[in-house]
Amino acid sequence: MSTFFHLLANGLAVGGIYAVVALGFTLIFKATKVFNFAVGEFLCIGAFIIYSCTVQFRLPLPVGILIGILGGGFLGFLCERLCVRPMIGQPILSIIIMTLALSFFLNGAAILVWGSMPASYPAYLPKGSFEVAGASVGKDIMFCFVGTLVIGAAIGFYFERAKGSIPMRAAAEDHQVAQAAGVRVKKISTLVWIVAGVVCAVGGLFLGTIRGVDMYLPEFGLKVVPAVLVGGLESIPGAIAGGLIIGVLEKLGSGYINPLVGGGIETAIAYIIMIIFLIFRPYGLFGLKKIERI
Amino acid sequence: MPPCGVYSRNYAEDMAIVRTPFQWGILIFLLLLLAFFPSFATYYWLTLMIFMCIFVINTLGLHILLGCAGQISLGHSAFMGVGAYTSAILTAKAGIPFLVALPLAGIVTGLVGLIFGFPSVRVKGFYLALVTLGAQFILVYVFEHLEITGGTNGMTCPFASIGPLVLDTPAKIYWLTMAVTGVMIFFTLNLSRTRVGRALIAVRDNDLAAEVLGVDVVYYKLLAFFIGCFFTGIAGSLWAHYLTSVHPDQFPLYNSILYLGAIIVGGIGTLFGAITGAIVMRGFDEAIRIATPALADLFPTLGANIAPAIGPMVYGLVIMVFLIFEPRGLHHAWERLKSSIRLWPFAY
Repeated sequence: MSTFFHLLANGLAVGGIYAVVALGFTLIFKATKVFNFAVGEFLCIGAFIIYSCTVQFRLPLPVGILIGILGGGFLGFLCERLCVRPMIGQPILSIIIMTLALSFFLNGAAILVWGSMPASYPAYLPKGSFEVAGASVGKDIMFCFVGTLVIGAAIGFYFERAKGSIPMRAAAEDHQVAQAAGVRVKKISTLVWIVAGVVCAVGGLFLGTIRGVDMYLPEFGLKVVPAVLVGGLESIPGAIAGGLIIGVLEKLGSGYINPLVGGGIETAIAYIIMIIFLIFRPYGLFGLKKIERI
Repeated sequence: MPPCGVYSRNYAEDMAIVRTPFQWGILIFLLLLLAFFPSFATYYWLTLMIFMCIFVINTLGLHILLGCAGQISLGHSAFMGVGAYTSAILTAKAGIPFLVALPLAGIVTGLVGLIFGFPSVRVKGFYLALVTLGAQFILVYVFEHLEITGGTNGMTCPFASIGPLVLDTPAKIYWLTMAVTGVMIFFTLNLSRTRVGRALIAVRDNDLAAEVLGVDVVYYKLLAFFIGCFFTGIAGSLWAHYLTSVHPDQFPLYNSILYLGAIIVGGIGTLFGAITGAIVMRGFDEAIRIATPALADLFPTLGANIAPAIGPMVYGLVIMVFLIFEPRGLHHAWERLKSSIRLWPFAY
């Protein structure tokens, strides 16, 4: 039982990170109907900017985190302006391939700047662990989980409830109607990409804290895509729930299935869950059930 | 559109692929050039041509799937792995002759493609991209953890052989690959002119309208997956028997995106585009390999990072530039060039 709680806690921590990054993905999708496959690279670059600031340039940690978050936002802004805006009105396949190419480019750029050597942040979180139901749970993992949940809940609340996000919700509903009502859709598109860049940088910070920063981060970031799908593409609570579900199932799978099959299931399990969902419930847990005739 | 002065007197002439004496001349010249290529080419050019042929077969499969039927696949690299492993296992472990293993590899890959293509009955567009992305990760996981595939160590297989003739030099493998590529190109060219090809295009353009017109959408979508993956399986088999070793690392997501990029660069939905796209992308690969040491000298501070970084950067940039500035690819650019030469000096 203690193994179970240990895996559950770790899964929730990773799932919290997936949830935050999934929020960025969902926001972009809601507002612009663009799928950002470069989300893993956003995460990786955000994590590495913070690493550079704190370790290589020896800035204090809060300053480093701030620069990383600003850098992530700026990256989102650049990508929206240079890659996404010229693609308005193009078929969906072209836009998918565009973000894939973008992820290629950013991946190469990240390797060019930071190399492929693994690195880690200076320890800034308290060491030690709690005892929960007989299982020890690291304090840093606990901190990451709480941090991601607070950020996720804040962003989710803002976009679902706050008055300032009404134009954004209008744009998500229908571009033309929103435009006719005086919403500047292009500005909103830029804004959601910036927000996505910021949350990806935050996710990168937490993920880097748990498992170090290296060039495998993009692959981790890509798992956000199954998380979003399990939760339901358009749904903000769904993104958070999907991230947590994928994180927990992945850790439980690595704990209980790996001994049976000889390891490594965590690379595939998220996608297996996703395909099961796609076949039986393509709109996810909380998504809109669209009637699409084929 | 054929130029002024070329006209057809009957249906056979209208349907002919090669129409003018000039085209016949070029075709025969190029075929002779390709046939006698090994007698004057160096080892480097031969291997380059073999890899290009395999790449072309792969993009042909993706052309049928994406260009004709409009179904995206992000897992083509892993599907190629299925073909490679099938062929390697059949020849190395079961002792089946290569000539039987080659089509079997294609069929097995086609069936695996059907499994992952099956959700395309219910979902499309982005969702389908996700299913095939999942296929990429799941299949590579399977390669790494099955006993018969040799796990992460990969496995070895014999050279291709036709009867007593063992194809163990690049020149001999070149003949085989070129012949298979020729057959594949011929098949693809004619597929799009048949009932099946027109049905696939109807499904791509508007599946609802196609259904109303009596096209069995489910059947043709699955058929497109089968044919697209069949091609890739053939490419994988050739790949396995050329390198004589198969390894899970040879089939990353990176390659899947590269095949998509080749289709984009060449021009979606055209055979010419699928072939030129593959050749151009492979050419970029060689250019990068040649330019890397020079760049490393130019920027000594980046040093060792250049080699792994430059490939993704260049490919990403090329695909993005094509998507923004020439979304219809090299095929469209070539057509424009031809018509502007034909019409020169008058624009109309």
